[in-house]
Amino acid sequence: MSEILKGRAWVFSDDVDTDLIYHNKYLAETDPKNMPQYAFEYYPGKENFAKEVKPGDFVVAGKNFGCGSSREHAVYCLEYAGVPCVLAETCSRIYYRNAINNGYPVLFVKGISEAIKEGKIKDGDQLEVELSTGTIRDVTNGNTFHGDAVSDLENDIMEAGGLMNYMKAKVGAK
Amino acid sequence: MGKTFAEKVLGRAAGYEVTANQVVTVEPDFCMSHDNGAPIARTFKKIGVTNVKYPERICLILDHAVPAPTSDHAVNHKEVREFVAAQGIPNFYDVKSEGGVCHQKMCEEGYALPGLVMVGSDSHTCTYGAFGAFSTGIGRSEMAAVWATGKLWFKVPESMKVVVTGKFKPGVSAKDFILKFIGDVRADGADYMSVEFHGEGIENMSIAERMTLCNMGIEFGAKNAVCKPDKKLLDLIKERGNAKSDRWEALWADEDAVYAKEFHYDLGDITPGVAKPHKVDNYSPIEEVKGTKIHEAFLGSCTNGRIEDLRLAAGILKGKKVAVRTVVIPASWIVYRQAMKEGLIDIFLDAGCIICNPGCGPCMGNHEGILAPGEAAISTANRNFKGRMGDKESFIYLASPMTVAASAIKGEISDPREAL
Repeated sequence: MSEILKGRAWVFSDDVDTDLIYHNKYLAETDPKNMPQYAFEYYPGKENFAKEVKPGDFVVAGKNFGCGSSREHAVYCLEYAGVPCVLAETCSRIYYRNAINNGYPVLFVKGISEAIKEGKIKDGDQLEVELSTGTIRDVTNGNTFHGDAVSDLENDIMEAGGLMNYMKAKVGAK
Repeated sequence: MGKTFAEKVLGRAAGYEVTANQVVTVEPDFCMSHDNGAPIARTFKKIGVTNVKYPERICLILDHAVPAPTSDHAVNHKEVREFVAAQGIPNFYDVKSEGGVCHQKMCEEGYALPGLVMVGSDSHTCTYGAFGAFSTGIGRSEMAAVWATGKLWFKVPESMKVVVTGKFKPGVSAKDFILKFIGDVRADGADYMSVEFHGEGIENMSIAERMTLCNMGIEFGAKNAVCKPDKKLLDLIKERGNAKSDRWEALWADEDAVYAKEFHYDLGDITPGVAKPHKVDNYSPIEEVKGTKIHEAFLGSCTNGRIEDLRLAAGILKGKKVAVRTVVIPASWIVYRQAMKEGLIDIFLDAGCIICNPGCGPCMGNHEGILAPGEAAISTANRNFKGRMGDKESFIYLASPMTVAASAIKGEISDPREAL
């Protein structure tokens, strides 16, 4: 697969916690389709994300993205907004598990935290992302970043169509 | 080469030797969900499986918003009750005097046991490491998969060793240590790692203090956090006599196990401190924040709502009056009754505190102490993320029960050592 995804960057800092991504006051909502309207409402300067994000746009973040709670809303609110993947230096363990268990890719990109701090990748930059190789090209300013390609396990789960199908196949459950 | 705690427990569960970074599929001994059991049940129903694999391994504990403050919460509770009845799940704690905060209940009712693999659809499931369990938080879809298949995949984590010596000085407790530690290693210091607390400093601590340490593991990225199952713990398990499983075994890391990171602390060096808004790793010693005006004090939560915590706070509040609204929430009804017996509830009421029913209370902003714009709270809970306890423009300082009590009296952040 050498499909190249194209979209704008929405850039975030290190340690973006789950309340900033999807605030606990909307946790009673359980329909993923209704979750994008609350995305990043509490993130200073990104209050308009939900209104302005377009399908295909990328979320770009530094270290430890999605730290905090185990809520899957923080994955769904991006997935259902049409954000094809998260590009982050690292993300929290539970966020990572929630993402791949839902077949949603997170690309770990070395050096992107520093690049964000140094202004080498900015809000609105046009990005081209190749998931199979992990290559990210910032078309606006010419910088290229390299993410880890998706691991075998992630790939297996995503190809199976999420955790449920993967578990069923693997353990032969009914 | 020796094995870490995580390698031993996951290897035992898998039935073969494992090493860090290997992926294994194991059957968790217990899986815990709270109010979010309702959406998990909805996901479960979509799988097309009629019955859960192991009803006796599922624990459902209503605590996040109890009694229901909104009809949405009430619907969730109703669906959990219906699911429990339909599936014949024996381990259910409803909105009754048998309940309390889920993590407290899992520990006091004998589910948390050494050597078990435990998962919960809540990030603070890591608390059970105080009982020697390998326990970790998972997402809702994953929990539905565990209900259906009884199994879950795990990457065997690398491990971090934290060696602790010494004893706390008066006015200092486990919360002060873990806040300082998180400030040092930062919010992602143990990302995806198993964190082992070693040393006589841990053996000197009560099981309640160990629960505070393990509870906060997630706040520096840990997959799980654990203390050695020593004589103190094994005696407690024996004394309680309510172990809910006979599969447990006291397992611990080998002396020559290999660690990705290692830290050493002397508890005698620890002083009172706080985590400032809006990050848990935004640590300050008390001296730097003393005098900061607060509008609310919260004593409770899965981090610090145990009888030991209430005693420490009551020791400071006895005979004093609070200057700001102070919400006290015992972590369970067992704790509540014990506090009544010991006269602690009277001490809190005499001081002007409000006592709410056991549950999560205002910790994640559901009810019982929401903050207005511009207000600041000092809290014994575990997270101070922006807006977590209410308005976007409110502020949360995390601290120990003694610091919260001392601050409630003055209406500003205060040094508990001056209030002893």
